[in-house]
Amino acid sequence: MPSMVKGLAAPFPLSNVDTDVIMPKRFLRTITREGLADGVMADLRFNAEGEVRPEFFLNRIEYANPSILVVGDNFGCGSSREHAVWGLKQLGIQAIVGTSFAGIFYDNARKNVLALAGIEPELRDALLKHLEQGAQTVTVDLEAKTVVWGEQAAPIAMDAATQQSLISERDDVSDTLRFSEQIKTFEQKQPAALRVKVPT
Amino acid sequence: MSRTLYDKLVDSHKVQDLPDGEMLLYVDLHVMNEYTSPQAFSGLDEKGLSVWRPEAHLAVVDHVNATRSSVAPDAESKLLIDNLSNNCKRHQIALYGLGDPRQGIEHVVVPEQGLVAPGMVIACGDSHTTTYGAFGALGFGIGTSEVEHVLATQTIRYRRMKNMRVNINGALAPGVGAKDIIMKVVQLVGAGGANGYAVEFAGDTIRAQSITGRMTICNMAVELGARAALIASDEVSKAAVKGDIANTVAVWESDSDAQFDREVDLAAGDIAPLVSWGTSPDQSVAVNECVPEIDTPTPKAQESHARALQYMGLSVGTQLTEIAIDRAFIGSCTNSRIEDLRAAAKVLKGRKVAEGITAIVVPGSNLTRMIAESEGLDKVFREAGFDWREQSGCSMCLAMNDDIAMDGERVASSTNRNFEGRQGRGARTHLMSPAMVAAAAIKGRIADVREYLNEEGS
Ligand code: SF4
Repeated sequence: MPSMVKGLAAPFPLSNVDTDVIMPKRFLRTITREGLADGVMADLRFNAEGEVRPEFFLNRIEYANPSILVVGDNFGCGSSREHAVWGLKQLGIQAIVGTSFAGIFYDNARKNVLALAGIEPELRDALLKHLEQGAQTVTVDLEAKTVVWGEQAAPIAMDAATQQSLISERDDVSDTLRFSEQIKTFEQKQPAALRVKVPT
Repeated sequence: MSRTLYDKLVDSHKVQDLPDGEMLLYVDLHVMNEYTSPQAFSGLDEKGLSVWRPEAHLAVVDHVNATRSSVAPDAESKLLIDNLSNNCKRHQIALYGLGDPRQGIEHVVVPEQGLVAPGMVIACGDSHTTTYGAFGALGFGIGTSEVEHVLATQTIRYRRMKNMRVNINGALAPGVGAKDIIMKVVQLVGAGGANGYAVEFAGDTIRAQSITGRMTICNMAVELGARAALIASDEVSKAAVKGDIANTVAVWESDSDAQFDREVDLAAGDIAPLVSWGTSPDQSVAVNECVPEIDTPTPKAQESHARALQYMGLSVGTQLTEIAIDRAFIGSCTNSRIEDLRAAAKVLKGRKVAEGITAIVVPGSNLTRMIAESEGLDKVFREAGFDWREQSGCSMCLAMNDDIAMDGERVASSTNRNFEGRQGRGARTHLMSPAMVAAAAIKGRIADVREYLNEEGS
């Protein structure tokens, strides 16, 4: 990913938005990663008849097609389903600004190069206020670890490993396989009791 | 240097330090289901990789299958189930599929089949993998990309969490159990209160819990954001380890002077049977209380509170025991083990489910079902008016099969999540213990299980 995401940001300030809400279960009945954009927050975007709910933020003309979301606390809690992240990416979301994110969701986002930027609650609230009039351009700068809007900038809390992983788009599996010898050595030293053999 | 149990488990599984404070962590056992693994296998195929150590993996069908019979209910579920079966065959991975007596909900199956012991690291593409902390093992949920990583390397890239300890001491009141303990902790610490932490549960109340109670507690710790939950191993967890690994289990515990980044204390005597009223697991109150006002009235909190009330069709001040239910569900990896079924059956014995209530019970595994049937529990449930399911699975815990609550229906549920739409679009979930679900089914509304306790107070 380029180390900078600059784009229109839309607000979704609810707390504890879980992955069941981000990607309802009926979209999980698939064996591919594709076709999940329609699933994103589907029960909020559409009513039971499949009609657009005009009041939902993603359907409002002033917030159409954002590339950044500004969200409430503890975003992405609940189920481990990576489909939530795949769908958000497919919808065009490249970064999410919030205060705290659930752990598995955070790691899933990193693996899929979706930047999750945690900032201080007061600054996040200020940013939400800034967006009240409609989507505004916001910059998430991964190199400098800041979120910038208008005249304001907020530092992002992000560990160095996540930062590097997002910027480099490294393929973790092949990177890890460079340590094959070390993994084998570890296995030889592991107590035999822990070498589970699952009966078939 | 004194260390916490969590740090000892991490240290003992570190293969290699990586840049920026990460490490490669060895995974002793990896468990998969049919809906979070397909894209991991296709990822392997695209890269032309094989599975590092096939015998260290177990695959279980549990999330999408119907529970009335072992036949896949529709084409999409069949696709997921057949896909898992093909992937396991190609890579020589053990699969406990439909019809296999060992099949069931993954976190019920693993302990039952003797695959967990103190000191292990277990990963699974499911957030409730924290369950294995009950044994003094480090279990955590992972996403599909990490499933692929574990398949290919038997390791994951890992960042050490911070340490939190929740100390619970004292005797529990009659009618209060493990589900109430963890719901109380979630209520206190908050839904994201343990983000970034591994949480150890300690104190004499925890020590006094059976292995089943400990699994319930560690299972739902993910509802406070914990990336891992742990309980020190002792005679109880040792006795619960089955199979070959039972002979060699060591004691795994925190050093007595280990430092925790955060400590939370809770008196067991302050815990009552709890029921959730909202759409986040931390929105709960004692069963004899009312739907509460909001305690921290910031504008954002007010909005979330109002939204939860609206979704749940409730208003502040309503007595919980006045809320009528439409369905009762006993099941899930939180509360569907034999001890849970016994507790519910005890309340139901000689009583009837209220008119108009749809009540179902889905045992956590086929083996659990057979044990329950040998004890005659199925008869107790059936005579009371519960639908006793022949095939195990997650069922209405996440409603990915045909057990779905309808728009606006209210469910008394022994599960772990009351999220919007979790049990069906517009469905309203009230979390509680399995005995409390039984009591609610009898009354037709949320009920206090203590009314049904006999003189022994058990
Ligand atoms: S029973 Fe529910 S929480 Fe447990 S694994 Fe199944 S769906 Fe997840």
